[in-house]
Amino acid sequence: MSAMRPIWVIVRRELASTFTSPVAYVFLVIFLLLNGFFTFTAGAFFERGEASLASFFMWHPWLYLVLVPAVGMRVWAEERRAGTLELLLTMPIAAWQAIIAKFLASWIFLAVALALTFPAVITVNELGDPDNGVIFAGYVGSLLLAGAYLAITCMTSAMTRNQVVAFIVSVVLCLFLILAGFNPITDLLTRWASPTFVDAVAGFSVMTHFDGFQKGVISLRDLVFFLSVMGFALFVTGVILRNHRAG
Amino acid sequence: MLTIENLVKAFGTKRAVDGVSLSVERGEVLGFLGPNGAGKSTTMRMITGFIPPTGGTVMIGGHDMLADPIPAKRLIGYLPENAAAYPDMTVRGFLGFAADMRGLAGDARTRAIARVVDLCFLDSVLHQEIDTLSKGYRHRTCLAQALIHDPDVLVLDEPTDGLDPNQKHEVRNLIRELGTRKAVIFSTHILEEVDAACTRAIIIDRGRIVANGTPAELRAMSGLAGAVTLKARGADAARLAGLPAAGSVEPLEEGALRVYPKDKDAAASLARQVIELVVSQDWKIEQLRSEEGQLDEVFRRITLPDTVREAAR
Repeated sequence: MSAMRPIWVIVRRELASTFTSPVAYVFLVIFLLLNGFFTFTAGAFFERGEASLASFFMWHPWLYLVLVPAVGMRVWAEERRAGTLELLLTMPIAAWQAIIAKFLASWIFLAVALALTFPAVITVNELGDPDNGVIFAGYVGSLLLAGAYLAITCMTSAMTRNQVVAFIVSVVLCLFLILAGFNPITDLLTRWASPTFVDAVAGFSVMTHFDGFQKGVISLRDLVFFLSVMGFALFVTGVILRNHRAG
Repeated sequence: MLTIENLVKAFGTKRAVDGVSLSVERGEVLGFLGPNGAGKSTTMRMITGFIPPTGGTVMIGGHDMLADPIPAKRLIGYLPENAAAYPDMTVRGFLGFAADMRGLAGDARTRAIARVVDLCFLDSVLHQEIDTLSKGYRHRTCLAQALIHDPDVLVLDEPTDGLDPNQKHEVRNLIRELGTRKAVIFSTHILEEVDAACTRAIIIDRGRIVANGTPAELRAMSGLAGAVTLKARGADAARLAGLPAAGSVEPLEEGALRVYPKDKDAAASLARQVIELVVSQDWKIEQLRSEEGQLDEVFRRITLPDTVREAAR
């Protein structure tokens, strides 16, 4: 049996479990409503008078701050609470396969939610002549951003059997990743810290790295950043689960 | 099939499991007894590879659980404590998932599911969500999951916990039947299950093995083993105490007398001597019983903490 097969089996189970639960559909509706509200009302889509989805993507770091932990908080906390963690990890699989699989399943769900925003793309193409390359880059960046938040949520979810704790800790950690590169904060920092220091701090922020995607640039540096956040958080998830089992 | 050696698990400074060694071969059903918190579940979790031991080795069919866990896990079917299962799945879906995880596909998968559904009497709840099942069905669903790949080693943590007497009976029969072909280890604190299902039993207390033997051997450790209880008109305690094999004589309620053997060797001839005495004295027997010794007495005697034992004296 190849290493991919158990991953696929778990992904399928997780997705089936997600989509049989009404919570998934409630989430999708809320996700789309909030996206609509922020894009068209708060983001002043029409008043801008430009054919782009800038007002759509600019809110994603904030929108995901609450929505992604809501999706990911149950990933491990629920397995621990229900005792199924024991069942899962005594199956003939390695722990990393379960970690990747459970992450992938939630990421796929978030990708589905993001894909359902396609009417925004149609709208902007009907009304004007946008650069669809930029929009594509925006979607790629948005998906990576969601993945980074999700990996962090998986990590905190592995720490506890309480989903609420997992949610709150994830929001705080993700908020930190935003604020490190959020302009009002970096402006504050420049008053007393050297620009190199501020840049270094901002280098850890999802804002800094999401910026390029919004402008239509998919740079290796930004890709590496998001992939390393995911890799690191999932690695720590493995360490946490191992320590939990070791007692 | 299953060999553990010198297994140790320390949580902080507390040793939950402290040097446990045992082995179970195909065709054996090993009962794992002990009071709550004795280290039964911890030992089973180490056997199944869920928690890493602090020291010692676990070998499953020649595979080292620590060095090479995946082939070792393949040989094990495991029913965890409390029979955990994904609550939002149907029984069918859950068993399908277990089959997929065990690498079963196509025809073999269909047959495996049908077999365990049949074995665990799950036909009537196949399309029900696990969440909505009664405790008995949930237990059997989880047991079915453990059997789906027809494993050589079965590790069952309190398989009859929370079942009603009929269900307990069914599960015990199932365990005994499976034990003829597999190596089975199951934990319980219900002593009658040892007689009902085990070929051998181990009693564990505070992380250590305190007794190991067949149910009959364990019973023989009881002070009661070999004693003769007699209720007869005209019976005389002094005459009974005078028998060569007899030790003390204890009066019971309703005029019955219990004669204890002088020592282990005397136990074999005590009953015969009592009968000969009864016949020669022409006492009118109402009841005559040779005691086997009771497991719960043995269990209590060897697992009570020392302080409690002192107090009980």
